[in-house]
Amino acid sequence: MTPVESLTGPHSRHPLEERPACRAPQPIVEIDRLSLYYGDKPAFQDVTLSINKGCMTALVGPSGCGKTSFLTCLNRLTDLIAGCRVSGQITINALDVLAPGINVIQLRRRIGMIFQKPNPFPLTIRRNLEFPLREHGIRDREQITQIIETTLRAVGLWDEVKDRLGSPALALSGGQQQRLCIARALALLPEVLLMDEPCSALDPLSSGVVEDLIVGLRGRYTILIVTHNLAQARRIADYAALFWVQNGAGRLIEAGTAKQIFENPRDPLTAAYVSGMRG
Amino acid sequence: MAETLSRPQNLREWLAFVLVWGAAGLVTAVFCWLLGDIVWHGIGHVSWTFLTAPPENAGRQGGIGPILASTSLILGVCLAVSLPIGIGTAVLLAEFTSDQSLFGRITRRSLDILAGVPSIVFGLFGNAFFCKMLGLGFSILSGGLTLACMVLPVLIRSTEEGFRAVPASYRLSAAALGLSRTTTLIHLLLPAAVPGLLVGLVLGVGRAIAETAALIFTSGYVDRMPESLLDSGRALSIHIFDLSMNVSGGDTNAYASALILVIMLLAINGTVSWLATYGLHRKIMTV
Amino acid sequence: MTSLSNNTLSRWSTDELLCWSLRGIATIAGTIVMLIVVFLIVEALPVLHHVGLLRFFTDPSWHPAEGLYNLTPMLWGTLFAMTGSVLIATPLGILSAVFCHYYAPSVLARPYRRLIELLAGVPSVVYGFWGLVVLVPLIAEIQPPGPSLLAGILILTIMILPTIALMADASLANVPQQYLRGAAALGLPRWATIRGVVFPAVRSGLFTGVILETGRAIGETMAILMVCGNVVQIPSTIFDPIRTLTANIALEMAYAIGDHRAALFVSGLVLLAMIVALVVSAEWVSRGRMYG
Repeated sequence: MTPVESLTGPHSRHPLEERPACRAPQPIVEIDRLSLYYGDKPAFQDVTLSINKGCMTALVGPSGCGKTSFLTCLNRLTDLIAGCRVSGQITINALDVLAPGINVIQLRRRIGMIFQKPNPFPLTIRRNLEFPLREHGIRDREQITQIIETTLRAVGLWDEVKDRLGSPALALSGGQQQRLCIARALALLPEVLLMDEPCSALDPLSSGVVEDLIVGLRGRYTILIVTHNLAQARRIADYAALFWVQNGAGRLIEAGTAKQIFENPRDPLTAAYVSGMRG
Repeated sequence: MAETLSRPQNLREWLAFVLVWGAAGLVTAVFCWLLGDIVWHGIGHVSWTFLTAPPENAGRQGGIGPILASTSLILGVCLAVSLPIGIGTAVLLAEFTSDQSLFGRITRRSLDILAGVPSIVFGLFGNAFFCKMLGLGFSILSGGLTLACMVLPVLIRSTEEGFRAVPASYRLSAAALGLSRTTTLIHLLLPAAVPGLLVGLVLGVGRAIAETAALIFTSGYVDRMPESLLDSGRALSIHIFDLSMNVSGGDTNAYASALILVIMLLAINGTVSWLATYGLHRKIMTV
Repeated sequence: MTSLSNNTLSRWSTDELLCWSLRGIATIAGTIVMLIVVFLIVEALPVLHHVGLLRFFTDPSWHPAEGLYNLTPMLWGTLFAMTGSVLIATPLGILSAVFCHYYAPSVLARPYRRLIELLAGVPSVVYGFWGLVVLVPLIAEIQPPGPSLLAGILILTIMILPTIALMADASLANVPQQYLRGAAALGLPRWATIRGVVFPAVRSGLFTGVILETGRAIGETMAILMVCGNVVQIPSTIFDPIRTLTANIALEMAYAIGDHRAALFVSGLVLLAMIVALVVSAEWVSRGRMYG
């Protein structure tokens, strides 16, 4: 198990430092009979799944089957949505995520999230990285400067922006903005990274760059990635899980190693989907 | 849509054409008449001395110095009280309360009603509550507090709009980074909501300096230079009212005072539309 | 899981602290209406107690000094002035908005809209002053005495016109473009499109506008006070002077004491009741829009 650093503790680890890679399956996130309702309408129901440490798990399936909603349960962003109800159990590193009294802020620091549309704050590039760090108790200027450089290098943005850290982040291209957002999440040293179709809002070229970056993160972080792109899932994921809408609610149809799901699916629905016949 | 529209072809179309242009012409003409009249009669009397000198002979001669001072003090009291309450309420309604919650619904409904309450009723309330019950008497403080109650709905409405115009992705990404709501509010949402807040502020100021009825029996008529907030002070609009109704031969100075008031309001109006354009511009840039 | 540092704990409660203090502030804002109602009632109570509500409508006249409290002439004054001005301002305001959207070339539409916004910002005392020195003498030439219901209606019309015009303008801006394209594709001329397609689509917006302008007409005090002559009577022609409820309060509040003062608070309550009725009906209309 990775030791969880105290927020104010030393922040010396390199974001791309080698960590236990995805070898023996060792669950870090356990999801048990998780359901989510918007009002009375179920988004997905009865999902039971465990996510292995240091591995990349791809969530695939057609639109509207609750994959994004599923991700937002894991860092309790569902709290921000009015009328949203979650039942079931989620355990991350032995922490009961859905328990009412937990420190949500602490939870969200430990679980990074990348959204479909790049969403840097309307601040400068530097402030985008510095602001969350300061909020989480890292105030030493030198240390901040160092983390900024390390994370920007880690996402391959350093050489592109090192001379204009003071310019607005919103002036960057879409692909650069998305890499900045990944850097912003990495700077907080998350234990788990949630990625909600991180390439789908980008042009093909930037999408390729971001995908390469994500592949580079593989084995270093536990990553859950939602994607519509089966080829991408097949290329980069260790594990895969297929969601599908049944009886008006999303359900988990099949989960397993990417190899098994794509080459030897058990469920006929999975077989049809991965061979491109449905969805 | 102009390209889909050609010349009127039948009688009914012609009639409508004439009516619409006629209505627009009539409104424009009345507006020009009103404004032209005020400017024509007022401009000759506006001078630096007029702006600074105290009124003499019940206002027939002299200037409006103390009256401008009282007006600014009343405005100052009004803003000092209404801004914190207004912004706080707007933040609560926009960021911390869902539209369905009982508290939010009740607060919103009372503000809707408050926005429609006639100013003279605010005057009655101010007189009963601030002047009598709190013992502030006819004073600048009473007047300013009464006005504060009056401008609150305007202030809250547009500040709230400002917060609602901030993209939801800011809140989500801030939450996903584990930032507290307080931090998100102060560092991200508040700066982004500034245009709406400013529009609200300027609209509120406009409503406050145009107000007369709520001030007659709260801040009073005294036209001397006020020495403290507990002194009675005459606002500019009341000065115009008094000169035209109660002082024969006060029309000249009334015209000049009206011109000053109109100029102030035109400036405020210009600021609002400039801000609205600027705010819109910012919004487009950040999306 | 274990690293709940004090730092984050205290920040957590900062959020709660903020939320609760905001609630406190919002409660102040929300209770002002309650305070107003309570104070009006408390101040009006003495006279309601020993005169009774009914006598405000059945007394022979309004002579507070002699204990006669008939509000009916003022009520009629308010109603006449309101009805007249709403009847004139509504078509003018709607036509103004139509002008901006469908008739004016864009070089004219923008300045015209600004002009309406400016009219909305002119203080009522300035309208009243202009009415007093320009309009009233003009009316006096046609039919003395001059200060009259007509003057009140005309001034009120100018004052509430921006309200309905801006509301109609905002509604027209929301008419879906495909309606207009559909009508154009059918070869409908301009006014036929507006009457047959646009007006039905914006009906509830226009109705809300009418309610808002009515509210403004009821509540207006200073301008009315300056041009209406303020004689307590039920007018027989539009050239007769009238006194409205609002003007009555503004005129007599300065020297009213005892039951007289309380009676003025009763008229304040009557005004407030009218406004609440309007707000409620506006709400009812806008809810209707959701299903209509």
